[in-house]
Amino acid sequence: MADHAAQAVNFAAASKAALQDSELRGNFRRAMDGLMTKRAVQFADGQEWHRMRALAASVRLRALSKLPELLEQLETNLTRNGIQVHWAATTAEANAITLEIMRKANATLAVKGKSMVTEEMHLNAFLEDHGIEVLESDLGEYIVQLDGTMPSHIIMPAIHLNTKQIAHLFKQKIKDAASTGEDAAALTDLARRILRQKFMNAGVGMSGVNAAVAETGTLCLIENEGNGRMCTTVPPVHIAFMGLEKVVEKLEDVPPIISLLPRSATGQPITTYVNMISSPRKEGEKDGPREIHVVILDNGRSSVYADPELRDTLRCIRCGACMNHCPVYTKVGGHAYQAPYPGPIGKILVPQMEGLAKRGEMPHACTMCNACVEICPVKIPIVEIMGRLRVEAVRPGTAVKDAGAQASRTEALVWKGWAAMNSSPLAYRLATTALSTVGNAAPASLPLLKDWTNVRSKPRFAAKTLHDLARKKGIPDV
Amino acid sequence: MSDARAAILGTLRRTRDAHPLTPPPSDFAPLAEKQWPPEERLPRIRRLMEAVHTEFLEATEADWPTVVTDFLTREGAATLLYAPETIDGAVLANAGPGGSLHLIPYDRPIDDFKQQMFEGIDAGLTGTLGAIADTGSLILWPSAQEPRLLSLVPHIHVALLRADALYDSFWQAMRDGRWADGMPTNALLISGPSKTADIEQTLAYGVHGPKRLVVVIVR
Ligand code: SF4
Repeated sequence: MADHAAQAVNFAAASKAALQDSELRGNFRRAMDGLMTKRAVQFADGQEWHRMRALAASVRLRALSKLPELLEQLETNLTRNGIQVHWAATTAEANAITLEIMRKANATLAVKGKSMVTEEMHLNAFLEDHGIEVLESDLGEYIVQLDGTMPSHIIMPAIHLNTKQIAHLFKQKIKDAASTGEDAAALTDLARRILRQKFMNAGVGMSGVNAAVAETGTLCLIENEGNGRMCTTVPPVHIAFMGLEKVVEKLEDVPPIISLLPRSATGQPITTYVNMISSPRKEGEKDGPREIHVVILDNGRSSVYADPELRDTLRCIRCGACMNHCPVYTKVGGHAYQAPYPGPIGKILVPQMEGLAKRGEMPHACTMCNACVEICPVKIPIVEIMGRLRVEAVRPGTAVKDAGAQASRTEALVWKGWAAMNSSPLAYRLATTALSTVGNAAPASLPLLKDWTNVRSKPRFAAKTLHDLARKKGIPDV
Repeated sequence: MSDARAAILGTLRRTRDAHPLTPPPSDFAPLAEKQWPPEERLPRIRRLMEAVHTEFLEATEADWPTVVTDFLTREGAATLLYAPETIDGAVLANAGPGGSLHLIPYDRPIDDFKQQMFEGIDAGLTGTLGAIADTGSLILWPSAQEPRLLSLVPHIHVALLRADALYDSFWQAMRDGRWADGMPTNALLISGPSKTADIEQTLAYGVHGPKRLVVVIVR
């Protein structure tokens, strides 16, 4: 979005601070270890895993191969079913559409199930500025909202906090929290009582969408808590938010996603609820919303789609497994990224949405260990895309917003020198001989060298170059 | 916002046509192969659902109303919301309430008794379309006769499962039932009572939906 663009987000500074916080690091370490173990149990049968993920990847790729047609078919079928469809190119447009629906419905309170798209939109802040209360109802989101922060994980928003910290937060923010102590069950029950009142009274319920079926005009939502069902059944109006990539072609394409998503995310065979919505309340039905709206958001996705290599980013089914397995995410936590999507998927998605001027650091926050690629249920080549974005960041171009924003003259010069040295045998020999004789005298504190030697010992040049040694053995230069 | 619509679809079409994508074929065999011998399905469903705190009762077509009302009375429930227009609902009403349990028919729009629904109902009774062996899930298609909130708002959800309505997988149930030919307003899979692990990975049951799920196997 143009209005809050370009101010670069400083990941390095934020992660440095996070690394000092031993409580935070402990919280993440414990959580991620648990999630990885539980996931591994679900995929103990390697054959099944390989074939299922090939199926899920094919479902997502088929959807992307027909994306414009499927979105039109989805719109036709949703409309036929009585669901109203809205298109938003930007988050500002999506916010405006939402506000208008809320005003028409005379609603001043909305309850929301988990929706990462509304995090992209900063919807809560926007509606609050217009005098509308939005209450997050997913327990993790509720905790984060009470705390005035943002989710640190796309599946488990409050994973950065431990029970003690949450109990303290409840005590500070909720009147009758005194008796709950530090017991997760008691804290959960307190939230249940508060939120049930809100479900009953809200004029609008909001939700995300895990998959939208073009063939039947069906919105699929999965969840454990029942808040998603509450938001989509109790209030008279339901607004569902989806990124435009969430469409699938056939109803039959849903089971592969439902099979892999919860197993990858939390290691459970299935979520408590799979909720498939195809219509508002029909004549004679006694409950369910009278109106359903679907907001289809672009927010940079169509540019991601435009590039055949970057397009793979849009396969994502938002399971969060890549976060759980990322050595960087596990150490710095979700907030260091200061983005709606942290971890590996965030590192490739957010720079494409918000531009490389603002998010140029993100693709570098990666060791390229490939752990995320190995567990991604739809086989996104995350690391390849990361490499591509690193190139885009320094080379002016049109594929990604603000391409070339990270270009540095010094860096370009160094590489030019490197290329020159390597393309002339004489220059190469001179340079390597010089480095092997005097290179070790260069102090570790030299400007460019310092960034490396700060946290590592300075490598030593060997007294003889590899060429010298080879020549001595009688291997001729070619 | 039809401008946005035209612009978005235009970009997608143009860039897709410039770089078309050929997806690999979708091989559904790994889903089709998820099969269990008929006698193993129910024990598997039970094991998976009990692992997430679902409770099971055994009954017959003749005695399930008594089994349900006895159980609820024992558990201290005072009110049971049911669907009077369904066959099961009629059978229940005919059998009459057991002990101190009040039967409350869901016979009007929710808008007329929201407060009572949220604050005055202990249990709700629904049927099911069957259950799925792969994941341990009940299939529900709520309807005008058996509304959606019956299985969501009451603290205890009691679900009748006919022992012969068992499927191997979600995929199989969907294909056998030809769901794609006409989806209901709402179709649900329910695999346990509502739960969360949002507080430090500690599982807690009964967040926003039912605190207890009781499956009555009717033979
Ligand atoms: S990139 Fe893959 S692993 Fe990461 S959230 Fe998306 S689907 Fe899951």
